[in-house]
Amino acid sequence: MLSTAQAVGREGRMSSSRAAGPSTGAPARERDSRAWLSALRLPGAERDQAVADLHELLLGAARFEVSRRRAALSYVRGEELDDLALQAADDALVAVLAKLDDYRGASRFTTWAYKFALLETSVRLRRRAWQEREVVLEPGAWPLMAGRGESPQGLAETGELMGAIKQGVDSCLTEHQREVLVGLALNGVPIDVLADRLNTTRGALYKTLHDARKKLRADLGERGFTLDSI
Amino acid sequence: MDKPTNDTILKRVLGPADPELLCDECFEKLDEHVELELQGAPADVQVRGMRAHLEGCPACHEEYASLRALVEKGEPDA
Repeated sequence: MLSTAQAVGREGRMSSSRAAGPSTGAPARERDSRAWLSALRLPGAERDQAVADLHELLLGAARFEVSRRRAALSYVRGEELDDLALQAADDALVAVLAKLDDYRGASRFTTWAYKFALLETSVRLRRRAWQEREVVLEPGAWPLMAGRGESPQGLAETGELMGAIKQGVDSCLTEHQREVLVGLALNGVPIDVLADRLNTTRGALYKTLHDARKKLRADLGERGFTLDSI
Repeated sequence: MDKPTNDTILKRVLGPADPELLCDECFEKLDEHVELELQGAPADVQVRGMRAHLEGCPACHEEYASLRALVEKGEPDA
């Protein structure tokens, strides 16, 4: 059986072109979920072909994601984005093959597989977009804008709420919760970028953000603020 | 890029009011949620906490939107 390391080739990359040789299984476009699973679990040439087909599918998904985000990365060369898509597809292939037994059939196999390629690609794109940007975890001036159509009374109420949130951030949150909340929610740092800088995971950071938000909501509730519309 | 409104800032800081999934659970159920939505099934009822998480996590929301668009489009061009 081909290992995942072998699947992405000796140089760590799969070619973006289709593997040569006769296809012994059903053509990729005609495979249903069960056929994908069977082909990927078979020994020999049929599995090799299925792995190559899966890589092609994942590369298509990675390129789709790059094309959706291309406008925001217009300063990045096309070759670099092509390479990024290929790296994402390679890593997604390894992840899909490693998690094959986790597939429970709640969706089509291809939909399940696509999400790995989209995750790998979008994380890389966010990191690339912030490559030369500073990650600020200190609050600057708390933003309060005169909203379009917002009445002076509405603006005063929002200002009061913002002030109460700022007090809650200072008094209720741990230092780590404060940094994460400020970085993600106020300063707009993408979660994968912050996870990378803080050497942690998206899941762990979001849990911290979730707990911080919960504390703030409870604090505001205790101080009589109604948050029904937020 | 437009500056965020006060409402957007408050939503970002306070997050969703309803119970939500966390990122790992969201990733696990994202494919199921997208297909249910596209079938017109009550995805928010069958995958509880997904909608609230997608409101609170911009990264997961981007990936949700991409997966939905990709599945709607059909097979991508490699």
